[in-house]
Amino acid sequence: MNRQDLKEMAQKERQRQEGFRCRLLCCASTPCLAVGAGEVMDTLKQTAAEKGWAAAVEAVSTGCMGPCSRGPLVRVQQTGRPDVLYERVTPELAGDIVANHVKKNAPLEENNLPLDLPFFIKQRKIVLENSGLIDQESLAAYVAVGGYAALAKVLREMTPQEVCDEIAASGLRGRGGAGYPTGLKWQLVRKAPAGQKYVIANCDEGDPGAYMDRTLVESDPHRLLEAMAIAGYAVGANQGFIFVRGGYEGADKRLQQLERVIREAERHGLLGGRVLDSSFSFRIDIRLGAGAFVCGEETALMLSIMGRRAQPVPRPPYPAESGLWGRPTLINNVETFGNIVPIIRDGAANYAGIGTDKSKGTKVFAMTGRVNIAGLIEVPMGISLREIVHDIGGGIPQERPFKAIQTGGPSGGCIPAAHIDTVVDYEAMRGLGSMIGSGGLIVMDDQTCMVDLAKFFMAFCADESCGKCVPCRAGTVQLLRLLERITNGSGTARDLSLLEELCGLVKDTSLCGLGQAAPNPVLSTLRFFREEYEAHLFDGERRCPAGLCKMDQVPIIELKNVLPLQIQTREKVA
Amino acid sequence: MAVITLTINDELVSGRSGQSLLEVIRDHDIPLPTLCHLEGLSERGGCRLCMVDTGRRVVAACVTEAAEGMVVRTDTTQLQAYRCMLLELMFAERNHVCAVCVMNGRCELQAVAARVGMDHVRYDYLVPDLPMDATHERFVMDHNRCILCTRCVRVCDEVEGAHTWDVSGRGLNSFITADLGTPWGFSQSCTSCGKCVQVCPTGALHDKGMSVAEMEKRHDFLGWILGGRNDNEWDW
Repeated sequence: MNRQDLKEMAQKERQRQEGFRCRLLCCASTPCLAVGAGEVMDTLKQTAAEKGWAAAVEAVSTGCMGPCSRGPLVRVQQTGRPDVLYERVTPELAGDIVANHVKKNAPLEENNLPLDLPFFIKQRKIVLENSGLIDQESLAAYVAVGGYAALAKVLREMTPQEVCDEIAASGLRGRGGAGYPTGLKWQLVRKAPAGQKYVIANCDEGDPGAYMDRTLVESDPHRLLEAMAIAGYAVGANQGFIFVRGGYEGADKRLQQLERVIREAERHGLLGGRVLDSSFSFRIDIRLGAGAFVCGEETALMLSIMGRRAQPVPRPPYPAESGLWGRPTLINNVETFGNIVPIIRDGAANYAGIGTDKSKGTKVFAMTGRVNIAGLIEVPMGISLREIVHDIGGGIPQERPFKAIQTGGPSGGCIPAAHIDTVVDYEAMRGLGSMIGSGGLIVMDDQTCMVDLAKFFMAFCADESCGKCVPCRAGTVQLLRLLERITNGSGTARDLSLLEELCGLVKDTSLCGLGQAAPNPVLSTLRFFREEYEAHLFDGERRCPAGLCKMDQVPIIELKNVLPLQIQTREKVA
Repeated sequence: MAVITLTINDELVSGRSGQSLLEVIRDHDIPLPTLCHLEGLSERGGCRLCMVDTGRRVVAACVTEAAEGMVVRTDTTQLQAYRCMLLELMFAERNHVCAVCVMNGRCELQAVAARVGMDHVRYDYLVPDLPMDATHERFVMDHNRCILCTRCVRVCDEVEGAHTWDVSGRGLNSFITADLGTPWGFSQSCTSCGKCVQVCPTGALHDKGMSVAEMEKRHDFLGWILGGRNDNEWDW
């Protein structure tokens, strides 16, 4: 397949799509499937078939549309009319939707989610620009919206150096959480001595509640493949791996889907040998992890791909110098790759025009917790947290007061209401003791206990610690015990000071980022909500201000007051 | 190899490029505690006792390359406090009862704790329920005393070449395992060479028949074997 073939495929698919009077896009991303999108999709298809409307109506299974808490979602596209989005669609409603749009040519009154809500218009879709709008698996649909044109441009019009320069000029920084300049990383791998090199897409995504990368791979998989091929050309690699976290429930179907997508791209000469009739070859394989958060760490990830125990090793050497099997390896997060095609297509200057001085482009967040519309959002860097919570999220349900927002998962921190005007920017958020992280965003109201939240994340880190270094292996467990004491009523001021001191040890002496960042939720909540910790203490008020923690234990030193009388008198007899 | 100059604890010292900070520190007899490090085995960087302050951040000396112009401190109050805390964590993690241990008086864990001045533990003793493996005809593995330094794993893999020992499980549930989870006595790869016993810093691995404070260990064999291999001393 070459550029001309791509154009013809695109044209053919666009014409085919325009041939329908009505297209019913049904979100088939995992959150919507979990609430019955499968049945809705079946009903849409069946209704169209039964009524003999198969030529006029197409039911399409797409990726994530965004407002996941309002699923199942169906978006109706009709020629000459604006799109209509339906929320909380049941199979019954699905039948009505088909009937109304085809027969009456009018939308239904109920279950409308207006597409001009702040939730939609305040977002800026770059990584997720196709998500929810194209058939998840169809190569033709991807090509119809310009897919693989960027790869063709790169192979025909740019040198590897020029590609690296373009990515560097865009200001793109790693979206996995560390924010390392992507162009610089590509340069480093490109400059490494020629020979076997690798490209890895990190789809480990271990943060609890984070599903940005998963969604991109489910909704617009070709975007990732195209970006990896562009990266391979830029750095001189001919082999790519997509490392997917093991232990996703029901992931077999999705993995098979990804496999099919890769093989279809290969069959069309868009991957594999002689990509797009050029002399460049690039093969992509999927590698599965075994369900450990530590595999998100790049050295552990590479060991896992090599079939060995996934434990981080000290760096240097960095993967750009010595990675998989000792070879130079480019490893980037899936979302980082999601930005590559738009940068090549529209130019670095365009991309750099979005965002702040040091943080360019957009960020995908998985917004959960106490908001009226929860789901996957993509916002320009520089947007304030206030806009995210109150405009995009639609505010807190029951108009409860906003307390804090947690970002960065188990490695991040909380930003309290007082700082709600903080903008999404790598440095701004780090300055407040939090971080953008991989994209997890939890909105909290006054019914959330900050100490309980810190305990939740510490339990996660203690469970996921690989066990190699003492501070993380044993330190996180002891931190958890201290937090458990504080939240069950038996914590003392001494426990609080031990907690702080131990946080310092774990943060400073851990071998890898897991341990180094594990104390962040504790340190962050101590910084902004210290009075909440102090209120819990046995020698304080011994209460949970949020009313959540069950405070029914006493410190061991107090047990003498609750021992049965019998034992106390025995001392006197002797 | 190029000579480099760096400052350690306000003193100018020289080293060779390619050396780790720990090697330079040891060459100059500057005290620095270590546990997972053993001369002759690959570096692990796991116990974190050898952390030193480079001004900008704290790094593990055993896995950090010494560089020209570095300014390093090994003796700040912060580092001393950290070393104590790390040892407290180790003592609380498993069941280290010196009074009944074969290595009492010769144990490296004990020695390091005494040297850094750790005399009490402020964290909860976790008291895990851990087994002993006495199936081997000559040796015993008592997991209660193990600090997961993996010297045994490394010596068996790198020097003996059998790779009998490895680590299974994750985090606190990490467990030194023979073969794929076999009792040591039924291991098919173990050659009964005893290297693991000799390099183990605590009383976890020991000879059968030892009583309290009776076990003696020597790991100078590492120097002989590795030196001999290096210089191609053996032609049989």
